[in-house]
Amino acid sequence: MTPHMLTRSLDRGAAIFLAIVAACGILIPLSNLLLPAGSFLQVPTYLVALWGKYVCYAILALSIDLIWGYCGILSLGHGAFFALGGYAMGMYLMRQIGTRGVYGNPILPDFMVFLNWQKLPWYWHGFDMFWFAALMVLFVPGLLAFCFGWLAFRSRVTGVYLSIITQAMTYALLLAFFRNDFGFGGNNGLTDFKDILGFNVQAEGTRAALFALSCLALIFSFLICRSVVSSKLGKVLIAIRDAESRSRFLGYRVESYKLFVFTLSACMAGVAGALYVPQVGIINPSEFAPGNSIEAVIWVAVGGRGTLVGAALGAIVVNYAKTFFTSGVLAPYWLFMLGALFILVTLLLPKGIVGTFNAWREASRERRPAAASAAAEDGVTEPKMAE
Amino acid sequence: MPTNLSARLCTLVLSLVLIAFALPAFAGPFEDAVAKFANDDYSDTEEAIGAVASSGNKLAFPIINALQDGRLMADPDSKKVYVTGTDGKSIDAATGEAVASVPDSASAVRLNNRLRRSVDAALGSLTLQSPDLGARLQAAQSVFKSHEETALDPVESALAKETNRSAKTALGEARAAILLFKSDATEVQKLEAVATIKARGDQEALALLSDIGTDQPASVAKAATSAIGSIQNSLAVWSTVQNAWYGLSLGSVLLLAAIGLAITFGVMGVINMAHGEMVMIGAYTTFVVQEVIRTRYPALFDYSLLIAVPLAFLVAGAIGVLIERSIIRFLYGRPLETLLATWGLSLVLQQAVRTMFGPTNREVGNPSWMSGAFDLGQITITYNRLWILVFTLAVFMILLAMLRYTALGLEMRAVTQNRRMAASMGIATSRVDALTFGLGSGIAGIAGVALSQIDNVSPNLGQSYIIDSFMVVVFGGVGNLWGTLVGAFTLGISNKFLEPVAGAVLGKIAILVLIILFIQKRPRGLFALKGRAVEA
Repeated sequence: MTPHMLTRSLDRGAAIFLAIVAACGILIPLSNLLLPAGSFLQVPTYLVALWGKYVCYAILALSIDLIWGYCGILSLGHGAFFALGGYAMGMYLMRQIGTRGVYGNPILPDFMVFLNWQKLPWYWHGFDMFWFAALMVLFVPGLLAFCFGWLAFRSRVTGVYLSIITQAMTYALLLAFFRNDFGFGGNNGLTDFKDILGFNVQAEGTRAALFALSCLALIFSFLICRSVVSSKLGKVLIAIRDAESRSRFLGYRVESYKLFVFTLSACMAGVAGALYVPQVGIINPSEFAPGNSIEAVIWVAVGGRGTLVGAALGAIVVNYAKTFFTSGVLAPYWLFMLGALFILVTLLLPKGIVGTFNAWREASRERRPAAASAAAEDGVTEPKMAE
Repeated sequence: MPTNLSARLCTLVLSLVLIAFALPAFAGPFEDAVAKFANDDYSDTEEAIGAVASSGNKLAFPIINALQDGRLMADPDSKKVYVTGTDGKSIDAATGEAVASVPDSASAVRLNNRLRRSVDAALGSLTLQSPDLGARLQAAQSVFKSHEETALDPVESALAKETNRSAKTALGEARAAILLFKSDATEVQKLEAVATIKARGDQEALALLSDIGTDQPASVAKAATSAIGSIQNSLAVWSTVQNAWYGLSLGSVLLLAAIGLAITFGVMGVINMAHGEMVMIGAYTTFVVQEVIRTRYPALFDYSLLIAVPLAFLVAGAIGVLIERSIIRFLYGRPLETLLATWGLSLVLQQAVRTMFGPTNREVGNPSWMSGAFDLGQITITYNRLWILVFTLAVFMILLAMLRYTALGLEMRAVTQNRRMAASMGIATSRVDALTFGLGSGIAGIAGVALSQIDNVSPNLGQSYIIDSFMVVVFGGVGNLWGTLVGAFTLGISNKFLEPVAGAVLGKIAILVLIILFIQKRPRGLFALKGRAVEA
């Protein structure tokens, strides 16, 4: 992508968004590391980890927005791709523990020793190498999405049906990962990580670096999504979203477009999961719960479906609200609020925060020249802006 | 058996006399037998067990029972034997008189494995004539398993007196088991015995027949082998029947949970993720009804479900109408948004119930006519599962009839098929929408009444059914109640047949994967409505 194309594809909102993310990605780690603890401007380490989590959620939201906002595919199982990416990273981190586990086995993770397993299952091989794990973070969710999408899109499973079977998919994975003999730690999942690439995962420096990396990943994901949706491919995706049959009749291979964007989106979700796990310190099967995936969809709806900035913003706003409300006396009311958010956003704010803001700004921009000319003609000083 | 009887009478009289006069010097056969326990010799103990068990003395049962529990104390010096009761008081085993304390030199009579079997058999024969039917059946069963030759006489005498049909059968089987293993039984007796055991036809009969040894006459061995084959076949059939029954039972639960969804999703096309919460509200209605009955009118407890069914329908139905009027009607034609809004609604409803009733499981009791079970051949059928199956089918039929024969049903079908045409014919479509949604929710509510009988009533009750319900409706074909019926029972039965092979969780995963694959093949379900409309 040439710089010229890049600037052309970015409007002012996107540029502001990227600038803010980049600034956070640089300033927050620096403030955490360089300023003395307790200083007014110093960001405490726990906040760095918390905000790192939000940034990962924002990447997940972007990936959902890419398929839902621009291609009309409502996946209620995107949490599964997120969790699979997380598990791939978790497996790498488990292998890094080595002899420091409770049982001190150099090869087998603790839970396998506990289950009396003698050797490493075949699918755990290679995860001691970071590059392999990183590849799997993209490959496993991508492969699942490819197979799933290949079947579903070719047989033209659309709309609600697709949503329901994606939900069935993540539910099946939830059940599978809860099993001890599946080899991923059962309901405890993977945890108790020690270090990543030789750095202690608990250390402030590592956390700050992970935060910066997450911000970088968010910027990259944003740019990728941006270039997809503003390309010719993106126009076809929007055509499919708005009139699938018509696009097909015009000669576009609808299923190929859908498959591409679905797989891309799953890979992005996997990356988000992989960055999420070292910052949270655990990955367990509850990440596959259908409720999590649906919650991720509401982030996008709140922020603004079909606006990339909105999706990322929605994830951060909703999760910030969740942390804020679930930690105080208002905790019992959080689910009421979340539920009300689902209902009110779909009823009153179908375009989400950013979408509504954009619509309002466009409307006022159109109105302003008209109002100005009207004022000049009538000589009225202050024309009243309706709405 | 005259000799036996007279001997028994004799001992009885003797022991009565002895107890009356408390004269240990006149030692009768019972006392001699009891004294043998003190010899600390296994073969003497065995003789003693046989003699005591067949003595007919009323002390026989406590003695043998104490022997089994290690509470029979024998003093090797004085040859006296004592029974220490579970309450710590002791009696003289020979006379039944209470004694102040057991001498220190006394120790518990020892047993080995062979003797334990004799003790079991002796206890079995002692309880064969107990006035309690359950005890008799149990005793006959234990004799059947142990098939001790010594138990033959007591079994036969019990058989002669027995009047209860099932106890008679059990005793006959016990007798057959003994005869089959008795070395001097005639071939005819043994063949008859094989036939009797074959008629019993369960796992124990199979174990017994496989165990007869090689010293049997050729004809008996042959009969036994063929009996084993036929029992195995019938057991295989019964296990299939059992799986099918479990499958039907699971299918009825799925159908019950999905049937309301078949209305809201299938007929109206509304994705109601709060459907499970309607089921939960029905279950909590049952809880409240039972609570009121428990505190005010305990006599009505057996009718609690009959009261709860219409109430649950009204409560859930009213909430359904409210939801349709306040949320869903604004979202027609936007199925994905409906999905999100109703999901949010389900969170609110769950949390509301959690706030009102607490997050833990609430106790919902089974009325007497729904508890217990009965045997059908080799399988056990519990009443609650049976009633739920009956109830589900009844609800299904009523719903079908309602859609077919009532004015509201006609209007519903008209609105489903062509909304604008129905509106031009004067049907108040928005009223029909509200009522249809209310109907679907109300049926979910009465499903909750039934499910409260077999599941935990907690705020999460609905969550566990929502995915299954959608699977059933999508699998069966949207907009088709019969499809829902077939879908529910197909999923239920295939799940239960997969379970023994793959385990419960893997079976469920397999079903989910199969449904996902099935939808690729038939994206509109098993019984899709045919039409020419092209979507969007």
